[in-house]
Amino acid sequence: MKALTVLFDGLVRKNPTFVLILGMCPTLGTTSSAITGLSMGLATMFVLICSNTAISLIKRLVPDKVRIPAYIVVIASFVTILQMLMQAYLPALNATLGIFIPLIVVNCILLGRAEAFASKNSVRLSAVDGIGVGLGFTIALTLLGCMRELLGTGAIFGLQLYDSGYGALLFVLAPGAFIALGLLIALFNRLTAKH
Amino acid sequence: MLEYLAIIFTAVLANNIVFSQFLGICPFIGVSKDLQSAFGMGMAVAFVMGLATCATWILQHYILLPLDLTYIQTIVFILVIAILVQMLEIILKKTSPSLYAALGVYLPLITTNCAVLGVAIIVAQKNFGLLHSLVYALATAGGFALALALFAAIRTQLELADVPRAMRGVPVALIVAGILAMAFMGFAGIGQ
Repeated sequence: MKALTVLFDGLVRKNPTFVLILGMCPTLGTTSSAITGLSMGLATMFVLICSNTAISLIKRLVPDKVRIPAYIVVIASFVTILQMLMQAYLPALNATLGIFIPLIVVNCILLGRAEAFASKNSVRLSAVDGIGVGLGFTIALTLLGCMRELLGTGAIFGLQLYDSGYGALLFVLAPGAFIALGLLIALFNRLTAKH
Repeated sequence: MLEYLAIIFTAVLANNIVFSQFLGICPFIGVSKDLQSAFGMGMAVAFVMGLATCATWILQHYILLPLDLTYIQTIVFILVIAILVQMLEIILKKTSPSLYAALGVYLPLITTNCAVLGVAIIVAQKNFGLLHSLVYALATAGGFALALALFAAIRTQLELADVPRAMRGVPVALIVAGILAMAFMGFAGIGQ
């Protein structure tokens, strides 16, 4: 039961993108299309689940004073594993996401969850928290990617819905990222305010 | 000389780190509430970015590359940056308590400011020389400070505006940032 609450918290009530406003750089930088947003979300989720589990396992072994550097090393190790896996099996995607893959290390969501959740809770709950927050992040990035791709090029996941000539290219470019995310957060605020 | 001017112009305006590369957005949204803290944050980032880029450049070219260890680049770079930020915090606490008080919680956050690690990685990927890297890092920090200051000035005005309830706070800030990014797009194509 507790696990379900934790999962729901990560997905909606403490959604990293819409509520906590964390991890803005990959959110804006990798969502020019739905598929890149989804991939970035999944990559982050992979690291988040692994790091949350590992940090929860070692939480009693790490002295309090050096816990932040220790967490960063754990996160950086999993990011390095992800980098190697992607270079080996998904080189094209790795090139598209580019610098944002190594930069998962400095995504505040990861250190935030390590400090706020994994260092205080059991391994099982920490893993569930990783899944919840990771899914919340992935959904947010995919939504933003869909919105920008649709408005900018008239397609979703590459499926052409209307002629790309009618798309507002602005939404694929940098300013569109800020504006689309601002509108999405406003919509999320509007929808959750009623409850 | 002209070459360095081109690097500075590109990094500050045409390829602004916040508006066109999407790095350092968290402090950009968080610290830019008034001009003074925007300025302080800009200075702190410039200092850390300059130092970190030099330190990681030396590590990259004298240890990681000769020993073929570039696969641990991410871990090494983030550790170096974390140590540098810790040092800066101790120095500021001793020498400038007012600045330390103003930046408060955001100083440790420079460690997770992706702009610092981002610049270190970009410099390593593009294989710049040491001086070229340093100029690039300082110019990028300048662009970051400029973005922060511009945004802070707009946000103090925004406090007085009557914004729809769902748009208050971050959403309207992001839309303002989008409009600013449009203005910066005017510089695209100039420089490198």
